Amino acid sequence: MNPSPRILGIETSCDDTASAVVEGATLRSSVVSSQDLHAAYGGVVPELASRDHQRLIVPVVQQALQEAGLERDALDAVAATYGPGLAGSLLVGLSFAKALALGLGVPFIGVNHLEGHIYSAHIAPPRPPFPYLCLVVSGGHTQLIRVEDGFAHTVMGRTRDDAAGEAFDKIARLLRLGYPGGPAIDQAATDGDPAFRAFPRASLEGYDFSFSGLKTSVLYYLQDHEDDAREALLADHTADLAAAVQQAIVDPLIDALRRAIAETGIRDVAIVGGVSANRQLRAEARALCAAADARLYIPDPAYCTDNAAMIAVTAFHKWQAGLTSPLSLTAEPALTL
Amino acid sequence: MLPATTTSEAETRALGERLAASLAPGAVVALHGDLGAGKTQLAKGVAAGLGVDPATVSSPTFTLIHEYAGALPVYHMDGYRTKRPEEFLALGVEEYLYGDGVCLIEWPQRLGNLLPPDTVHLELTHAGGDTRHIRLRGANGGP
Repeated sequence: MNPSPRILGIETSCDDTASAVVEGATLRSSVVSSQDLHAAYGGVVPELASRDHQRLIVPVVQQALQEAGLERDALDAVAATYGPGLAGSLLVGLSFAKALALGLGVPFIGVNHLEGHIYSAHIAPPRPPFPYLCLVVSGGHTQLIRVEDGFAHTVMGRTRDDAAGEAFDKIARLLRLGYPGGPAIDQAATDGDPAFRAFPRASLEGYDFSFSGLKTSVLYYLQDHEDDAREALLADHTADLAAAVQQAIVDPLIDALRRAIAETGIRDVAIVGGVSANRQLRAEARALCAAADARLYIPDPAYCTDNAAMIAVTAFHKWQAGLTSPLSLTAEPALTL
Repeated sequence: MLPATTTSEAETRALGERLAASLAPGAVVALHGDLGAGKTQLAKGVAAGLGVDPATVSSPTFTLIHEYAGALPVYHMDGYRTKRPEEFLALGVEEYLYGDGVCLIEWPQRLGNLLPPDTVHLELTHAGGDTRHIRLRGANGGP
């Protein structure tokens, strides 16, 4: 079997239309509509284009092939996300990929979006060896997963309500820190005192997370002040509040990783998803891994939001394992790991 | 059953579970309320009442729409990140709103006039501490 197949990956599970090309384990191109929209449209962006997969899919795929320097008949396989996600959105990328694979006479590979997030740790070196622990932490997802070779995953824990990135975002709004909330809190917290206020950390069985109680707690805390006092608090202690909130989100994530490292004995840890860009989370994860003699893997931020590079890389691993998909594969909006 | 007052997340979920019994295929429930008012908890309860494992129900704010296979299909959606109703059209939202499942919609005002006329509008309001009032209301906020 070709050890360095050229694989086109397509991702349309939510807002973004994305496409990427790998050659073996090496990423050749990665195009995401929200970042590269102007290019995809030749400079003219129609209204409502951001979620319009049907109009974006052809220019985005063409751009990914062009940046990879490939004609489409050079492809050895075509891959696409088949779930979880929005039924209509998934269908656009999935149908396009299956039709292209059929037309080219090459294998089709269906990819689970969440596996894609995990495998974003494999896009560039250093890549984690199996087995490893993977914390998927973003606006839409918060899960701790034990990742084995051969696509055997064990979900050790997940959020029961809000994802960590969502907590950052909504609490940033309460603190009037703007959007996107994760980077806004990270920035505002720079000179803040995390001990300014002890916001609650949910204690759940096992490795599950909960962040909605924190959001409510911040809300109550602000409401407990009269209008003038609240204005003064927000004006004088923005940095302290941001730092305290950030700590309350980071603590349960780090605590879960610490316990998982101790329980499983696994010494390789990946953190993927948009929240992996948070500086406090990174600093504490580095300290934790140094203390536990473990290695930490965090992908480039470009591959932590939704993208197709992670789909193409996952497809390469599936190719290596001989896992291709039938053209009868349908979208599975409720797919889990 | 409504209006109701709950004093914990668990009570809000239990109310949702009881409400589920009155929902028929095609029902669309708009969940109005501020941040932290308990919309996701109520949705979790309704989903549980329809046979979905509540531990798997999480907030769709960033992922926009979650589907669950209960006794009826459950579509849990969220307009929080949507600036204009038309953005939801591009996502094929009519398929859900006029489908055979139950739609539970957080931040429904962002869907504007996409909501079917027979949408059930529920409003959750903070009433101090963990207490929440939940009531039926008209589409435009009236009783």
